[in-house]
Amino acid sequence: MKLTIIGAVLLLGILGFLFGVILAFIARKFAVSLDERVAKVLEHLPGINCGACGYPGCSGYAKAVVAGAAPVNGCAPGGKPSAQNIGKIMGQEVSDTKDMVAVAKCSGGANNAKTKYVYKGLFDCRAAYILANGPTDCAYGCIGLGTCVEDCPFGALELSDNCIPITDYDKCTGCGICVRNCPKGVMHLLPRDQLIYIACNSPEKGGVVRKICSTGCICCKICEKECPKDAIEIRDFLAYIDYEKCIQCGICIEKCPTKCILDRGTGIPLPEPARVTRKRLKELKAAQE
Amino acid sequence: MSITFKGGIHPPQNKVFTKDKPILALPAPEEIIIPLSQHIGAPSKPIVEKGDRVTMGQRLSESEGFVSVPVHSSVSGKVKDIKPWPHFSGESVLSVIIENDGKDTPCREMPAHEDWENLSPDQIRGISREAGLAGMGGAAFPTVVKLSPPPTKQIDTVILNGAECEPYLTADHRLMLEYPDEIIEGLRMIMKTLGVEKSFIGIEKNKPDAIKVFKNKTEKFDNISVIGIKVKYPQGAEKQLIDAITGRKVPAGGLPFDVGCLVQNVGTAKALYDAVVRGKPLYERVVTVTGKTLNNPQNLMVRIGTPVRHLIDACDGTKDPIGKIIMGGPMMGIALYADEVPIVKGTSGILVFSVTEADLPREKPCISCARCVDVCPMKLLPNRIATLIENERFQETEEYGIFDCMECGSCTYVCPTKRRLLHYIKWGKDEIIKRRNKEK
Repeated sequence: MKLTIIGAVLLLGILGFLFGVILAFIARKFAVSLDERVAKVLEHLPGINCGACGYPGCSGYAKAVVAGAAPVNGCAPGGKPSAQNIGKIMGQEVSDTKDMVAVAKCSGGANNAKTKYVYKGLFDCRAAYILANGPTDCAYGCIGLGTCVEDCPFGALELSDNCIPITDYDKCTGCGICVRNCPKGVMHLLPRDQLIYIACNSPEKGGVVRKICSTGCICCKICEKECPKDAIEIRDFLAYIDYEKCIQCGICIEKCPTKCILDRGTGIPLPEPARVTRKRLKELKAAQE
Repeated sequence: MSITFKGGIHPPQNKVFTKDKPILALPAPEEIIIPLSQHIGAPSKPIVEKGDRVTMGQRLSESEGFVSVPVHSSVSGKVKDIKPWPHFSGESVLSVIIENDGKDTPCREMPAHEDWENLSPDQIRGISREAGLAGMGGAAFPTVVKLSPPPTKQIDTVILNGAECEPYLTADHRLMLEYPDEIIEGLRMIMKTLGVEKSFIGIEKNKPDAIKVFKNKTEKFDNISVIGIKVKYPQGAEKQLIDAITGRKVPAGGLPFDVGCLVQNVGTAKALYDAVVRGKPLYERVVTVTGKTLNNPQNLMVRIGTPVRHLIDACDGTKDPIGKIIMGGPMMGIALYADEVPIVKGTSGILVFSVTEADLPREKPCISCARCVDVCPMKLLPNRIATLIENERFQETEEYGIFDCMECGSCTYVCPTKRRLLHYIKWGKDEIIKRRNKEK
């Protein structure tokens, strides 16, 4: 009886010792040398794994930076501080990183723009887009099914009552995921210090826009003429602001006859309470059914 | 044993409304709209200008590229304008708008060849391009491309498609009953062009009268056989028809050329006959205008370019308010967003639904019953593909053969929880193509 126990303990002890030796040997022999900079870079990343940089999560980006495949200022949510810190680790000069925020370049929506047909398909802008560019009559305007709202990793976007995404600028990091996913190219990145933007995306002629939307850019050129700094230019029947020249005086906002130039500080009020996103989407879904 | 393929569905036929109604010629409306893009491939380029006088059958555009055919005027009159006009695809397409003078002055651009047997294959191909022939079953693939297979592919069988498996539609059925001689001559022209000795005419068994007529008419030709095939959707799809009749399977991503077959619609055969023997380009076609809510559903011989509104008025309007108008059959047709959309070469039917008929049931989650897998004629897994796309894993669906889907809609039809499976698949295809283009 005693012998059996001793035998078993001995056997297991010897086996354990043997495996220990083998494992120790393998750990030495096949050790993977980890660049310690990866861990350091990772420390200065936000750690939210949003994927906006195009790599699988923060660790993927950190590895890419150390390997030299990704730029040190590639993390939009981390912004300037993280770019500078990573730059220090990598011993690189950080080129100027601009702090951006996303805005919707459309003010048509359910109230101001006409619709082409009643859409009853999948609740996703990209799925609606394959059916004749979506249910809106305007080929460039917001569809309003909230794909950007669902996809925003920071919860910074909400659908207004007019079914247009509006941004919570405190939460928006300018990562650009909404810009990438919007099938109509409505979402646009604006420098954070720029307040005035053109809320229309349609390069159609004025007459065409006027017929289908009451708040579209009709290319009247009034803003171009009135701007004291010549910061507004009309290209392809749509106004563009040169953000370098703009002094945020707001004259164009007053003069625009269709009110498609907005001040993002005061232009669209944020709904209260601010976190209505999911609820609003649910309401829309229920209304559709 | 019935001749068919594996999978497929049995939707209600609903062909009784128009099955026994002879084809009526619909007088041309005051204004005709001819879109310059009516077929798969590059749109053609206009050669007329605003204010020009045109005759019936005059060529309005020239085709650019191989996969493209010209369009022709379907009335005589004056070119009022050339501008974008609502199109069945949902976008506005450049169209020639012609004011009808009501005289129907014929154009003698194309010669008539009563003795077509003396024509060479290349001459027949030339005529089919000149006449603007495109597949009349629905997809409108330019006929000249089908008649010019690559030299490496040996074609030994021609199949004429008279299945008409879409519910409601009876245009091909009536055409087969009223113009059998023209169709058979057209088939012989196709056979001669390709140098093929063997051909089949596939007709679904729900058209016994058409099968009888063709059996009698083809008795004297021992290389043409008429085959009654099982009533099932999508029996008229190219690959399924080849499978049912010859037992050959078109490889994934391949074309009927790859198994030595060529499939043409019966309407195309008749149009080819008209073009060669009568010198008549493709400017009119048979359209079934039907629906439970229509007062007088009919089969109409319609000039191409007639607005849909005109067809509905010709059927004495509707009993209930219109909820949906579909161009084509109920399974694969496209819902229209405007009733001024013109009839094109590929329009086999106009379907009018009332508001209650057009209502879509709510979508619920997948219950993994696999009915869609059972019916998929391409043997794909629609449930799996749709779930992947729902979770935005687009690239993975390529392994599941998303591009082999021919969008017949059988999966969506059988789904007990009414999932929009086909919509998911179309979205996935679109998204994959977009990403591929971005990478380039």
